[in-house]
Amino acid sequence: MIRVVLPQHLRTLAHVGSEVQISVAGPVTLRSILDAIEAEYPMLQGTIRDHTTQERRPFLRFFACGEDLSLESPDTPVPPAVVAGAEPFLVIGAIAGG
Amino acid sequence: MSGVRVLVGTRKGAFILTSDGKREKWNVSGPHFAGWEIYHAKGSTVDPNRVYVSQTSGWFGQVIQRSDDGGKTWFQPGTPPGEEKGPGGTPKGESNKFVYDVSPETGKPLTTHQFYDGTQHPWEFKRVWHLEPSLTEPETVFAGVEDAALFKSKDGGKTWSELSGLRGHGTGPKWQPGAGGMCLHSVILDPSDPKRIYIAISAAGAFRTDDGGATWKPINKGLHSLYIPDPTAEVGHCVHHIAMNPKRPGVLFMQKHWDVMRSDNAGDSWTEVSGNLPTDFGFVIDVHTHQPETVYVVPIKSDGEHFVPDGKLRVYRSKTGGNEWEALTKGLPQENCYVNVLRDAMAVDTLDDCGVYFGTSGGQVYASADGGDSWKAIVHDLPGVLSVEVQTLK
Repeated sequence: MIRVVLPQHLRTLAHVGSEVQISVAGPVTLRSILDAIEAEYPMLQGTIRDHTTQERRPFLRFFACGEDLSLESPDTPVPPAVVAGAEPFLVIGAIAGG
Repeated sequence: MSGVRVLVGTRKGAFILTSDGKREKWNVSGPHFAGWEIYHAKGSTVDPNRVYVSQTSGWFGQVIQRSDDGGKTWFQPGTPPGEEKGPGGTPKGESNKFVYDVSPETGKPLTTHQFYDGTQHPWEFKRVWHLEPSLTEPETVFAGVEDAALFKSKDGGKTWSELSGLRGHGTGPKWQPGAGGMCLHSVILDPSDPKRIYIAISAAGAFRTDDGGATWKPINKGLHSLYIPDPTAEVGHCVHHIAMNPKRPGVLFMQKHWDVMRSDNAGDSWTEVSGNLPTDFGFVIDVHTHQPETVYVVPIKSDGEHFVPDGKLRVYRSKTGGNEWEALTKGLPQENCYVNVLRDAMAVDTLDDCGVYFGTSGGQVYASADGGDSWKAIVHDLPGVLSVEVQTLK
């Protein structure tokens, strides 16, 4: 299972706690993780990626194992520790609140 | 016993203020959707327990919330109340998808509009500014969005389709964003003609459809805007808000960027009625429920100084349909006040006397239970108010 940590407002929308666990079929990439999150929690469609372009919303970033994956290709494999469930995949809101 | 429910959208959540018909004592609930910008909340006149909310965020985009019990509980349309979880505990809710219709069968190509610097810029959905429930069908609701377009839902907000004839109007490349973005902020449904809808866009102007949204015509004749290259252009005017007394369809009042205007022919032409206002810049405008020639505005100092003039919060009322205005000050701060009142932040109820409500950028919501003669702050310290609507409950 892949562990995913969502920002607080998306936890509220999805009625979940600080961390969710999802299963991802096939290669574990940024895209496949986000596809799985949206399939499991349909109300999050459009809140992390744009509905139409599927691009990351500008004020959100992706981190794992201390690395910033935000600018990586959607098909980039995530670190093995995330695939193994040892480390979470983090969706983080940009610090833009003053 | 009659009562009122005031729906307040703020920069950090929604609040619901309720009172009986006397409108003296108030209960406040909220914040609902804490931390999110609530651009608008509005109830259905067909089913007052049905309330739609536009919940938005620069981080997470657009969400539509709905209540079927007058704001006690909420859900995203597509998730029936009490059935948030499916088999295995999976949430059943759906997000709300606003996608411009570019299909060859019903849509219009996604063109460009004018950007702040005069270059052309592609249409990009950002948020819902205004939700207008149908006057006859509780499941039908319209959404005015940024970048400017009108969407319609026939299933209670679960799915949305664009009325693309508006965005696809040939003048689109001449539309441009105002300071708040290129937003469709006003939607007025004509109770006497279900196929007639008025909308207004900053900064494109006002438009009207007479065929249920298939085709639209600009209704900006008579507007004069010195801040655009052609002051009398067909489109490009920064209309801030329009209002209509539903008992007198076809007579419209407009607060433009500068100028207060009226039309007696469904927008075909406009005349200025700013009269003796201290400044004719402003955002809100509304019409008394029982006196269709009684109009309210809140003058703002200027487009460069978005606060009330002279440190005094004054609602101006005309009982003559414009031109002759009187300042209403009783109960409103008359020194050191520098708030703004945004375009969707004024509403009227249908009680006798007519109640008038408005919210400020400073987080106050003021109410008058006597048509504006006197005012009282229902709440003082909410986050900045974006919108105010009121439901009259029987």
